[in-house]
Amino acid sequence: MHWLVEPGFWSNPVVGPALVLGAVVAAVSAAVGVVVVVRGQSFAGHALTDVAMAGGAGASLVGASPLLGFLLAGIVGGGSIEAAGAERVRDRDVATGVVLGAAAGLTALLLYFVSSSTSATGSTQSVLFGSVFTVSRSVVPLGVAVAAATLVTLFSVRRPLLLSSLSPELAAARGVRPRVMGLVFVVVLAASVALSALVIGAILSTALLVGPASAALRVSRGLVGATVGAIVAGVASVELGILASYDSFYWSAAHRSVPVSACVVGVVLVEVAAATVWSRWRRGRG
Amino acid sequence: MFEPFMVNAWLAGTLVAVVSGAVGLFVVERHRAFAAHAIPNGAFAGAAGATLVGASPLLGLVVFAVASALGVAALGRRRNDVVTALALVTMLALGAALLAASGAYEPAIDALLFGQVLGVSRGEVVALALLVVGAGAVLALVFRPLLYSSLSEEVAAARGVAVRALDATFLVLVAMTAALAVPVVGTLLTFALTVGPPAAARALARGAGRALALAAALSLACVWAAIASAYLSGWPIGFFVGAYAAVEYVVARAASAWREGRARP
Amino acid sequence: MGCEPLPEGRRELVHVHDVEVTLGGRTVLRDVDFRIAEGEFVGLIGTNGSGKTTLLRAILGLQPTSGGEVVVAGREGRRGGPVGYVPQRVTFDHDVPVRVADFVALGVDGTRLGLARRGRGVRERVDEVLASLELGALAGRRIGALSGGEQQRVLMAHALASRPRLLLLDEPLANLDLPRVHETIAVLDRVRRSEGVAVLLSAHEIGPLVPVMDRVVYVAQGRVACGTTGEVVRPEVLSALYGHHVDVLNVHGRVVVVEGEPGDPGAHPEVVVR
Ligand SMILES: Nc1ncnc2c1ncn2[C@@H]1O[C@H](COP(=O)(O)OP(=O)(O)OP(=O)(O)O)[C@@H](O)[C@H]1O
Ligand SMILES: [Mg+2]
Repeated sequence: MHWLVEPGFWSNPVVGPALVLGAVVAAVSAAVGVVVVVRGQSFAGHALTDVAMAGGAGASLVGASPLLGFLLAGIVGGGSIEAAGAERVRDRDVATGVVLGAAAGLTALLLYFVSSSTSATGSTQSVLFGSVFTVSRSVVPLGVAVAAATLVTLFSVRRPLLLSSLSPELAAARGVRPRVMGLVFVVVLAASVALSALVIGAILSTALLVGPASAALRVSRGLVGATVGAIVAGVASVELGILASYDSFYWSAAHRSVPVSACVVGVVLVEVAAATVWSRWRRGRG
Repeated sequence: MFEPFMVNAWLAGTLVAVVSGAVGLFVVERHRAFAAHAIPNGAFAGAAGATLVGASPLLGLVVFAVASALGVAALGRRRNDVVTALALVTMLALGAALLAASGAYEPAIDALLFGQVLGVSRGEVVALALLVVGAGAVLALVFRPLLYSSLSEEVAAARGVAVRALDATFLVLVAMTAALAVPVVGTLLTFALTVGPPAAARALARGAGRALALAAALSLACVWAAIASAYLSGWPIGFFVGAYAAVEYVVARAASAWREGRARP
Repeated sequence: MGCEPLPEGRRELVHVHDVEVTLGGRTVLRDVDFRIAEGEFVGLIGTNGSGKTTLLRAILGLQPTSGGEVVVAGREGRRGGPVGYVPQRVTFDHDVPVRVADFVALGVDGTRLGLARRGRGVRERVDEVLASLELGALAGRRIGALSGGEQQRVLMAHALASRPRLLLLDEPLANLDLPRVHETIAVLDRVRRSEGVAVLLSAHEIGPLVPVMDRVVYVAQGRVACGTTGEVVRPEVLSALYGHHVDVLNVHGRVVVVEGEPGDPGAHPEVVVR
């Protein structure tokens, strides 16, 4: 095992919380991600990370908790995407783009205020790329609580949500309100994105949302199977990614570690590629 | 606000606005907003990589932007949003790894994301002008088949339009726009111009030609107003571009809804 | 039954030769072999999922085949032949800034590169086609804002605009009201008689087509069989095809296909022909 896990991995004080929070976030992202992929909302899912960034910047300006900022911004941004585009599914792309553009502009403004009011730097980089290793232990309980609430909500609305994803009109005819469902889902999505943006940064947040889910959906036909598969794949990619990032410090000659985000994305891509090859092969056999 | 040091900013803003508005109409028509967002971000990884190996950042931008565009075109035939998301995170992760390896300095990242329109050089203006001419020529050449395949790929393919080649050509056009506009105005600003004004234009105009002209005009109005506002307030230009683009879109939607409501007694 | 030979004295336009299509590991069509002559009106029938759309797309060159070949107008199945196509389903964005007349014109010049102005010939052709389908009033409307049936008729105009030699129509009557069904069929009948265009049209309701249809191609269990209209539109044949008892009645000189139990006068619960 020595060659696989470099010295100090288990005893390192930052590794423990990173593994726990990473797994929690990956599980939530993967479960939410299955619905995101089925609804064709990858773009909205990604856009919300940028929207959340505006909230993060705002929170650091007024000295509030960043998680709160992420959550609020995500819900407001997601709500406006839903409000602008829910009527016609094919317009959602544009509504998402417009909200994303506006949110990014707002982020630029808030970061400008932050940087002119304080001398702190590194805020952009930490929001974009994040690092599980810098997450403090105190976030763990709150993070786990938000994650649990998100999963419970998602689980309890799964049936009407799926129906309204497949056909808003059918759902409306059956008495499900597609706009309400859209809004509920956007709140769930915003919570998941806020959590992951806080813990692992914007890039990883999209990777963990879309990657494991699309890999699992390629392999499994049923939704339950896909969700379980996505959670397993998501957790595995975070844990392996953290390990690889930690190890890379010892492997590289210059003792510079590869960022966690890059390692996790690498594992996610391998999973997606394997799932694609497997589903092609199975289909080819008939 | 028309001092000598502002002249290049106005010129660059104008050129970027025209090309983003025109290309953006097809971005919206073809439901490629996500790709239009992802490709400039992919380009960002290229700039980081070029810094690491000591090559020109522009070269890195072009190579990576075109590579992401071709990747999305080749793999994203059906589930294009998922493939685009994966391409995006791949490029960003690569960028993160390259930045970590090169130990680059953070303001450089901020500049790439948010642009630095005040620092535009004469050379960059010339490069942008060439881009506008080139993109204009390509768009003019493929205008009709591109529009046709945007309406219905199936019908256009049946008539003999080379839909895949056209899709790749279009995404490369998006990539070239990204590569040249990003260092000047930043990824966020380029993207805001690519979606908001064209979406507003298509809600208002009837014919495709008019929609194209209106998209470019609205995009231009957005950039000019943003430069002036940024100059007067001292706030970052990206904020104004994003906000004005959103306002244009919301107003155009409201206007078209109102018009439809009136047309139907 | 009756896929060959061609009707007397007609020239061959389409030859589907031993075509096989595999989709997702399943062979959807096999040993498909038939010909269509110029000016022929051929109906394409079969249950849901039997492969009608797949067959039309294979003829267009949009669906790769795993065996056999398709020859249209002497050229082996390539896209861009002299073919007009109306797909089963097209959804336009509501906001798309394209008028009906522009879309129909794209059927003529949509493959052309460059920005040259649309010639007078094209515009006249568009007006003519729109008028023949009584769509003149819609010419200036946005295509995304039309009703489903209106869009379907616009797609028909689009397919006709380039003066194709073959029309492949995938359930073009599905969303139309009864007068429109008859009007559309009459337009198609006129075009094939005056211009020698061959028509291959898929439909679930074949009653209205009986007066104009020369032959029927039917798809069942992945295979294709053909017959003249008189041979196929009979209770035994259709009942076997749909696996369900079907009657063919003659009402006011029109053929009506109904579902029901033989010898039970009260049991015609659903009139298949609307
Ligand atoms: N991409 C695909 N992958 C796998 N199977 C497919 C695919 N597309 C179609 N099929 C299957 O091929 C068969 C033929 O489909 P097709 O659309 O040609 O039927 P159809 O006769 O046009 O039906 P309908 O009357 O409902 O329009 C169906 O069983 C369908 O499930
Ligand atoms: Mg069909």
